[in-house]
Formats: sequence, C-alpha cells, structure tokens
Amino acid sequence: MASKTTNLVADWDPNRAAEIINAHLGLEGPALPILHGLQAAFGCVPSEAISMVAKALNRSRAEIHGVVTFYHDFRDAPAGKTVVKLCRAEACQAVGGREAASFLLASLRIGWGQTTPDGAVTVEAVYCLGLCAAAPAALVNGQPHGRLDGMSLIEAVAEDTQP
Amino acid sequence: MIRLFVPKDVSALAVGADCVAKALHQQAGEGVQIVRTGSRGMTWLEPLIEIETPEGRIAYGPVTPADVPGLLAAGLLSGADHPLRIGRPEDHPFMARQTRLTFARCGIVDPLSLDDYRAHGGLEGLTKALAMGPEVVVAEVTASGLRGRGGAGFPTGIKWKTVADAAADCKYIVCNADEGDSGTFADRMLMEGDPFALLEGMVICGLVVGARKGFIYIRSEYPRAIEVLEHALVVARAQGLLADCDIELRVGAGSYVCGEETALLESLEGKRGQVRAKPPLPAHKGLFGRPTVVNNVLTLATVPEILVRGAEAYAALGCGRSRGTLPFQLAGNIRFGGLFEAPFGMALGELIDQVGGGTATGRPVRAVQTGGPLGAYFPRELFDTVLDYEALAARDGLLGHGGIVVFDDTVDMARQARFAMEFCAMESCGKCTPCRVGSVRGMEVIDKILKGHEVAANLALLEDLCNTLKLGSLCALGGFVPYPVMSAVRHFPQDFQRQ
Repeated sequence: MASKTTNLVADWDPNRAAEIINAHLGLEGPALPILHGLQAAFGCVPSEAISMVAKALNRSRAEIHGVVTFYHDFRDAPAGKTVVKLCRAEACQAVGGREAASFLLASLRIGWGQTTPDGAVTVEAVYCLGLCAAAPAALVNGQPHGRLDGMSLIEAVAEDTQP
Repeated sequence: MIRLFVPKDVSALAVGADCVAKALHQQAGEGVQIVRTGSRGMTWLEPLIEIETPEGRIAYGPVTPADVPGLLAAGLLSGADHPLRIGRPEDHPFMARQTRLTFARCGIVDPLSLDDYRAHGGLEGLTKALAMGPEVVVAEVTASGLRGRGGAGFPTGIKWKTVADAAADCKYIVCNADEGDSGTFADRMLMEGDPFALLEGMVICGLVVGARKGFIYIRSEYPRAIEVLEHALVVARAQGLLADCDIELRVGAGSYVCGEETALLESLEGKRGQVRAKPPLPAHKGLFGRPTVVNNVLTLATVPEILVRGAEAYAALGCGRSRGTLPFQLAGNIRFGGLFEAPFGMALGELIDQVGGGTATGRPVRAVQTGGPLGAYFPRELFDTVLDYEALAARDGLLGHGGIVVFDDTVDMARQARFAMEFCAMESCGKCTPCRVGSVRGMEVIDKILKGHEVAANLALLEDLCNTLKLGSLCALGGFVPYPVMSAVRHFPQDFQRQ
C-alpha cells in the first residue's frame, strides 16, 4: 500500500524511462505494467514517453496514446501532493457520500478531478473502493478511510497534507 | 504465548484497525502476539479484535485506541466481560445464520501463512484433485452446479471442459479480480483474508484444463488486496505450489468495463479495454488468441472446498438452478453491513430486515439495489423475491455478484436513474453505438424530466432508448443499464413527476 508520503515524483529522464520500459519487455502484454511503472516514477505518463513505449512495443504512437487515454488512472501531468480518491458510487451515496464530497470540494474550492492552485490536493472520483459496508469511503494517498462525513473527510485530508 | 487477532482487511483499516493494533502492541505487554487476519465480515463491528482463550476466540468490537487501556484493565487477555465484548464470533447471530464455505477461513487465519492455511484444511482440495485426475475433477465441478460468481452465472464445469477439450500449444487461466460493481466487496475480502484459496483454485483449474500460466487481473482501487496477493504469490512460489502453473498479478487502471471478460483480455494484452464481439468465446480464442478460462475470484476459490466436501454436498444447498452458497454483501444504508454467505434461496426482505437489521439511519427502507450499478432497484413490495439467479431475472432484476445496497426514504430515485446513465456514459468503452451515445442521451432525457420538461413524452422516449440499449449493446454495460433506470421509473414513478 502506498505509504503516507507518496507522490514524490522525479523529473523527466529518458534514461530512467528506458530502464522502466526495458525492465518489463519480457512480460506477456507489457503495456500496462510499463505505463504503471512510468507513472510511479514520474507521477504521470509524460508525452515524451509515449513514442518510446510505442517504439519498444513495435506499435504506433497513436495506439499507445489511445491506450493511455482510455484508462482513468493514467495522468498527463503529475497530481497534487495529496491525492484523494473519493467514492461516488451507490453505497456511499446511500449514507451521505454526495454531501461529504460537496463539503470537501467546496472547502478546497475545486471540482472533481482538479488540483488546488498550490498543488497540495487533488480530488479524484472513484466508483467503489470495496468499502461499501463502511461508507462513505475514500483513499487519501493510498490510506483507506471509512464511515466518513464532511468534517472527518476534511480532517483526513488535512492530516495528510501537514508537513 | 497469548494470541490476539486484529484484522488487516481494508474495511478494518479504514476505521482505525492499525491504530488499535499499535495500542495493543504497546500496552498488552510481553507474551502477547498480535496476528493480523482478514475480516470476519461483520463490518459494523470493525475494528473487531479477538483473543484466543480455552473457550475459543472471544471478540470485542468496535474497538478504538482509546478503549484499549480499559479493555486490558477489564481482563481482555482472558476474555473477560466488557461492554464491547461480543463473545465467540461464530455464536453471533449474524455468523450463526451463515453457511460459510467460500469464506470458511476468512478472518480466522493469518492470510499469508501457508502453514495456517494447511492447518485449516487448505490444499486438501488440490491433493484430492491430483488423486482424481482432470476428467473426474471436471465432472465433480459440473455436478456441483457451481456457476460463475462474477454475475453472469455460466456453469463453471462446462467452461472448464470446453478449454480442456480445446487443442492448443498454450492455454491460460485468467482470474477476473476486477470487482468493479459498486456495493460488492466479496472478492476483495477473500483476496485480503484467504488469498491461498484463490491460488489453490487456480492451480486446480490449470491442472484440469492443461494451462501452465495464469493471470490475476485486479483493479487498482484495491491497494491492500494487491499487497496481500503479491506477498501470497511469493510464499506460494517459494513453497513449490506454482511449479506446474505459474500465476502473475496484473493491476488494472481504473476502467470499470475491464471487468467484462473480453475487455479484460484486451487490457491484459496491453490494449484499450474495449469489448470483443462473441463468438469466438474466450474458451476457444481468449488471451493472445489461446483457449482461456476466465473465472471470477469466488468461483475459483470455491472449487477446493467443493472437492473436499464432494459435489453432492455442495449441490444439496441452494434452490432451483442456483446451487451452493453465495456470499451476499450488505452495503450502503444498512445497520448490520458486511458479508453474509448463505445458500441461494433466502428472500430479499429476510436478508435486509432480519439479517441486516434495516437501515443504519433508522428510517424506513425505500429501495434496494441488487447486483451492482447495473442491477434493478427494488421497492419493499418486491421483498418476497427469492435470491437466486432466475428468480431475480424473472422480476427484471439482477443477482450479479451478490451486492445489495440499501437506501432509506430520503433517496431520490430520479437522481439514482440519472446516475446510472451518467456512470454508463463515463465507463462506456465506446465500441458500440447504443452504449456510447445512448447513455449520454439517456442522461440528457432524465435531465429534462428532472426539470419537469414534457415529462410524459420524455419518459416514453427514455423507455424507447432503454430498449435500444438493452437489445443493441455489445456487452452488459449498455445492455443492463436499463435495469436500474427502468426499475426506478416503474417502481417509484412519483419521483419522476417533477414540476
């Protein structure tokens, strides 16, 4: 599980990217493991990496671009220091999930998928974390939180953003 | 050595289990070993800790770190009385009413100890399978009546036989652990609490169909389950369990539709997770064009238990064409939420009112969604519906993966219908037009209804659109989204009569 201080991302480095790509080439169907590896290193899948992946896998750039953009997880720019993955699905809706989410977004003055101007917090929608009997639920930088309401959600985020 | 058990299931971690474990570690003193387990499935009692005593394990919950000094002072380590004392978990009414087969070990064993797994009956199924030989195993699985637990309910034995009979240089087993249906968490709980059961099921499947390579495709929203499985694979490999069929863990990337088996195969191949037209079936042409078994986590994890008990004993449970047990997941606004494994055949109302205790808010239950985001909403009038695949289908519902989400009387069903379309629009893979375009149009039509704009005409249009989606979509995403939408319209018409 992601430790509390994740999202420390490296600057773009083609040599490091090549290492990541090469490390996965022996796998069957290596594209997703490569993209996950790139994002873990750089905080996103940098556009410079797409042509490198395409070349290594003998596929077109358009095809790899299509793969990257298909999946919600892959970003084209790094997220904020604290990433809140907040569940918007039915079980959380049934116990005040919408209200808790609105409270957090209003207090951060951002919308879904956005990052605060200081780069501190990104709030992303997810559809089910499997915490449906402890709803509403969120992952705050990988740490699970359940039975949330607006206040406890803000506290969980504040705790993570503290230096 | 006194042993204390503290769950590390993510539902327990989400409500502070790690802090409780830490407090116990610091305050319980020498001679106390803390074992981290999966969850028993009584989620409303989490964090639920257990102490080993001569009378069996005694549980306490829900425990906060602040409760720890008081618990220890009251005599926690000898199982003494305390307001949080639950008694023996298996005697709790929620547990005593269950028939735990798939989840027999979950919450009891150390998930990462193969010795513990063996001590609780693990690997007996594999031993039996090796003695029986592939053909007898397929016959047993077929005779047990086991059907795919992911939701489609296809007979597992027939799928295995198809792949076993296929001639190919290479075959694959793919475990679908992309449990994307909201309101479901049984796969997650099993992977976190008893991962070796899944691995054993996959190894048996490999033996039967002649596959030497397996993949577990798990969703990225399950970081704890990923961590447990990675560790379990290392242990299993080191002890030679994967010698004949190696298993690799692959992590998805946030796409709901990749839970559909052909989209999942595309994703494993490194492509966009778009649905394939069937035929050919994955059993004939699956991963990389090879014959492939694609099974849900629970399906595979149940096979060892079926072999141990015998097909006849398993098939004796259940009703109609739904044999054996299903781990139901009680979620949303429910008093006693968690995992409840029982034979098919209970009435929906019994599960909600008697087992689940009604809503957590104490208000009346108004609607229940079974089978995930593509399942129908049922009103109280349909609570006599029997929980098996066919009985739900007969009432235009879906049993799916056994998730049951409860809503109280504050729910706005028109808003829920809109959400279903919104979700479909967001997660549509884009391959077929009815789903890709229809879901967006559906959202727009419901928006007009919400504004009170030509309600009758727009409801007629919505029904027409739903029929197009139902009949014209390539897979269950577009094909089933009419269930939540039209059930909301049919059973809760007053919510759509906006001014």
